[in-house]
Amino acid sequence: MSGRTLYDKLWDAHLVETLDGGSALIYIDRHLLHEVTSPQAFEGLRLAGRAPWRIDANLATPDHNVPTDKAERSGGVDGIVDPVSRLQVQTLDDNCRDFNIVEFEINDHRQGIVHVIGPELGATLPGMTVVCGDSHTATHGALGAMAQGIGTSEVEHVLATQCLVQKKMKNMQVRVDGTLQPGVSAKDVVLAVVGKIGTAGGTGHAIEFAGEAIRDMSMEGRMTLCNMAIEAGARIGLVAVDDVTLDYVRGKPFAPEGELWDAAEQDWRQLHSDPDAQFDTLVEMRAEDIAPQVTWGTSPEMVLSVDSRVPDPAAIADESKRRAVERALEYMGLEAGQAITDIRPDRVFIGSCTNSRIEDLRAAAAVVRGRQVADTVKQALVVPGSGAVKAQAEAEGLDRVFTEAGMEWREPGCSMCLAMNADKLGAGEHCASTSNRNFEGRQGFGGRTHLVSPAMAAAAAVTGHFIDVRSLASEGGDA
Amino acid sequence: MKPFTVHTGLVAPMDRANVDTDMIIPKQFLKSIKRSGFGPNLFDELRYLDEGQPGADCSQRPLNTEFPLNFPRYQGASVLLARENFGCGSSREHAPWALEDFGIRCIIAPSFADIFYNNCFKNGVLPLALDAADVDRLFEAMYADEGYQLTIDLERQCVIEPDGRETGYQVEEYRRYRLLNGLDDIGITLEHADAILRFEAQAREARPWLFDAVGAREQTS
Ligand code: SF4
Repeated sequence: MSGRTLYDKLWDAHLVETLDGGSALIYIDRHLLHEVTSPQAFEGLRLAGRAPWRIDANLATPDHNVPTDKAERSGGVDGIVDPVSRLQVQTLDDNCRDFNIVEFEINDHRQGIVHVIGPELGATLPGMTVVCGDSHTATHGALGAMAQGIGTSEVEHVLATQCLVQKKMKNMQVRVDGTLQPGVSAKDVVLAVVGKIGTAGGTGHAIEFAGEAIRDMSMEGRMTLCNMAIEAGARIGLVAVDDVTLDYVRGKPFAPEGELWDAAEQDWRQLHSDPDAQFDTLVEMRAEDIAPQVTWGTSPEMVLSVDSRVPDPAAIADESKRRAVERALEYMGLEAGQAITDIRPDRVFIGSCTNSRIEDLRAAAAVVRGRQVADTVKQALVVPGSGAVKAQAEAEGLDRVFTEAGMEWREPGCSMCLAMNADKLGAGEHCASTSNRNFEGRQGFGGRTHLVSPAMAAAAAVTGHFIDVRSLASEGGDA
Repeated sequence: MKPFTVHTGLVAPMDRANVDTDMIIPKQFLKSIKRSGFGPNLFDELRYLDEGQPGADCSQRPLNTEFPLNFPRYQGASVLLARENFGCGSSREHAPWALEDFGIRCIIAPSFADIFYNNCFKNGVLPLALDAADVDRLFEAMYADEGYQLTIDLERQCVIEPDGRETGYQVEEYRRYRLLNGLDDIGITLEHADAILRFEAQAREARPWLFDAVGAREQTS
């Protein structure tokens, strides 16, 4: 028998029962909840007179709707100006109270984006199955956990049964060997992967990221990578457990301690693909070949190295591809063949579950330090992913680096990633954004999103246009 | 989901063809964070004279006294008698949610729109397609007899009229099974509760750190 992949091992360890027709009941260890996709699920429980199966498996926090402006935030839930948002956040509070579920409410210092607080609290751990009514749940796979996004009816199903009905996916390995160049980050790697295999490339697969460049990454970087597995079409992203993982998890508030830690560590050390494991699909890349990436279009796969020119539809033979490029260029307000470095963002957003962790903020601050936001940039927002990230950044003085450069330092939440709160792009505005989706209207009606790494967003903020952050460093400054 | 085995209830008319889901529950009510509470807004534009707003108190709104569901004789109805292509339009599950919340357990019509038909089964509402001639006859009998009731037997798959006359119908077997037992997907998974409990006990033994770490909310009161 050939060896098992990491995904195989996680699947086997959570298989409750195989059902007729190839589906299986999979046991769920951790269920994260937020305000947007949970209300009808709680309501469903109530209507059916059901209780949550296992309360301690659940953890909730509001993130999508919360204001990030300090003044609005200071009033707590009641201070949320938009009544629809306020009601959704209030509803989460009420539901968690009614069902006894632990929730970090709006101004709790542990509040934050679900995918940021799970790992930093040790609420998501290696070897777990993790679900949340949110597609970027893949983030937690960086810990060697089987983590995936689910819909509202499945939220209810997991609350009620602690299980998910699922078919096993195929195994894909994305292997990045070699060493990343300085100034090139996990975000650039994952954007390059999405550019290479396309937004449907990973459909039906669990992607395991492997290779030297991945092993060299911090946990923050690995989370950025797994976060965007979904942008490559895969519901699940994974990285094998190693010392980096264990060092990260050790000492986290909800992580095991003492003898329990020792037992856990022994278990977690097995969480890697066996050397002879078979993958259904293999993708290989060299780390040295990856340059800082910038998306130019309206899908994450419309991405290029910063030194490139946006495509010229006239040069594309395939009719449907040509039309897609034409449409994207039109929406984005770009000229065929235009240099990416000539694109001038109106706003800059550093945040989201992809890039709002401490390391992301450090990378951005390193570029910004001693510089000023360009006059042509209307707004540069820095939104930490959680209360803990915010506190850490302030302890390191990063908040001052940002504000002295003319950037806004905000309260934690999803913010301009999806513009459900007041942080939005205006129609036609370009944004250098560290988030994960550049769909039409994602950051505000008519808004034009360019996905980049935190360092690249910072570089765009201070120069007023996209620029290879590596060349900025050599021009002087502290970067 | 409530099981549906045998149901006897007062019959009310929705005597027009092509009743669409917008009519059943208008769009402004889809903003709700809830899945219940749509009953007062069922057929909102027909039932009330003013424009309905989410959250407004419907008991204060002017009723359209010409709309049959507002007639005193149909109060408390749980069987809706309707015409062709009932439930056409969008896929909104809010439509069966509204019917169910209003108290409707069964809709009898000559035909239903596909998606709506499906959605009903997920929500414990039985959509029953009878021959147009049978539906005509039921309409006449209902109009002639205040307090007219029908019995819908899903076990034997027949509609029983007050005079004892039975009309048979067919419901796809797996849908019938789920409805008879009140099983939604959660219900079906819970049939495996023993296996889940067994798995959980083993996991607690083998990987105790996966349990109890987050705990439950502390009660403040
Ligand atoms: S930051 Fe953006 S992608 Fe992440 S959970 Fe929030 S809205 Fe979703």
